[in-house]
Amino acid sequence: MEPNPRSTGRLPAAFLTPGSSSFMEFLAEHRPDLLPGRRQLPPTQGALEAPHGTTIVAVTFPGGVVLAGDRRATMGNVIAQRDVEKVFPADEYSAVGIAGTAGIAVEMVKLFQLELEHFEKVEGTQLSLEGKANRLSTMIRSNLGMAMQGLAVVPLFAGYDLDRGQGRIFSYDVTGGRSEEYGYAATGSGSLFARGSLKKLYREDLTEADATTLVVQALYDAADDDSATGGPDVARRIYPIVTVITEDGFRRLTEDESSEIARSVVQQRMEQPDGPRAALR
Amino acid sequence: MSTPFYVSPQQAMADRAEYARKGIARGRSLVVMQYADGIVFVGENPSRALHKFSEIYDRIGFAAAGKYNEYENLRIGGVRYADLRGYTYDRNDVTARGLANVYAQTLGTIFSSAGEKPYEVELVVAEVGETPEGDQIYRLPHDGSIVDEHGSVAVGGNAEQISSYLDQRHRDGMSLAEALKLAVQALSRDTNGSEREIPAERLEVAVLDRTRPQKRKFKRIVGRQLQRLLQADGAVTEAESSEEGSEEK
Repeated sequence: MEPNPRSTGRLPAAFLTPGSSSFMEFLAEHRPDLLPGRRQLPPTQGALEAPHGTTIVAVTFPGGVVLAGDRRATMGNVIAQRDVEKVFPADEYSAVGIAGTAGIAVEMVKLFQLELEHFEKVEGTQLSLEGKANRLSTMIRSNLGMAMQGLAVVPLFAGYDLDRGQGRIFSYDVTGGRSEEYGYAATGSGSLFARGSLKKLYREDLTEADATTLVVQALYDAADDDSATGGPDVARRIYPIVTVITEDGFRRLTEDESSEIARSVVQQRMEQPDGPRAALR
Repeated sequence: MSTPFYVSPQQAMADRAEYARKGIARGRSLVVMQYADGIVFVGENPSRALHKFSEIYDRIGFAAAGKYNEYENLRIGGVRYADLRGYTYDRNDVTARGLANVYAQTLGTIFSSAGEKPYEVELVVAEVGETPEGDQIYRLPHDGSIVDEHGSVAVGGNAEQISSYLDQRHRDGMSLAEALKLAVQALSRDTNGSEREIPAERLEVAVLDRTRPQKRKFKRIVGRQLQRLLQADGAVTEAESSEEGSEEK
């Protein structure tokens, strides 16, 4: 055996060892330093200041699911970024939206996307939606050490279940606990307000167009009451990111589409600042 | 105590090469060739589950002839290499040239190390470019050499005969249906010159299609779409095939 297999330029033994279809397991074996969860953090005094992403909402409708997020990242009381993107496609039929420490969250999403793609390429078939949700759970759990130091990541995972033929939503807590949500869900600092809004406006027979409007309404309500959530910024033309996953796969609404929805919501709020009213009885 | 026989290095290498070549020749041949919108992989494969072609990365595809467990191992190694590289640097930094190099080193080291049996495989690594000029096809024989191919390449048992057949007839800018037909014609010629029919169910076909909107350009062509491409007259099918591609996804 060569003392350093890299010196010959051939693939190191770990690459040719049959077995795992998981990219994370391969990393753990071959390059554990690249796994986000393996890093040792020095103990810090007080909270570490790093940009945090805020509100993500999801709504199912017959035929699919909508996942959307606002565009603000905050650092303490400062707005760190106005146009941050917090909703990403995980693969063809699922998406993940992240609230929490932005830097770690983005890295986690990148690894999660790769984990799903890697499995698909090695096995020649996709993971089940439950399987994907469980993989994400494992990743959040491995971040627990950092979460305890204030660098938590709490995503929302949404996807179209091809076996069942419906859209599904999974929410998480910092310990990696996973629970399936029915109808609608929200995560992040503005989620309390968004959830209140969703609760009153959600119907089981929403169309895709209704669902995309509903998530923007909920994000508007979150921004209305939570200082860390950004509303539609008409002056700078920064609008929420809205994604739809159906049988046809993942689709992110174009700039024009999301701006149209956001503008109509803003227009309506000019007349009625609290938004649409649910019936009293 | 037995005294080992002296075997000259030339003889030892020739024996190993002979061994590997025989192993590869037992497998069925396959063809990789350029067409107008990308690169098409065509091979005869009775199995639906054990693929000869697969996706390595966004623009990179892999084809192999020979012993299944050995090339499957190399394929997974390649996927791991590409994914790790893309994760540490950027997706654009994963290239067919880099991958072909790593494969060549791996095959070469195994071939010349006396402790290991040589791999009985021949690989093709292909990358689709933005334009046909950017397409790259590398053939990697069992001994670790790299051959930079243009237009078309065949590997496997009957490779030489198929290659020469293709070289005479392949031209740039063929439609997918034309390229596919040519590949099937080439594959259906036996060593003794006779022709046999390869039914569509026994064909494995995949493309790296540069016109695909997704960043992952690899796509398998199966079922109805394959049937239609095989039946269609080359010229008419262009619009039809792209239309069907969008329908599939």
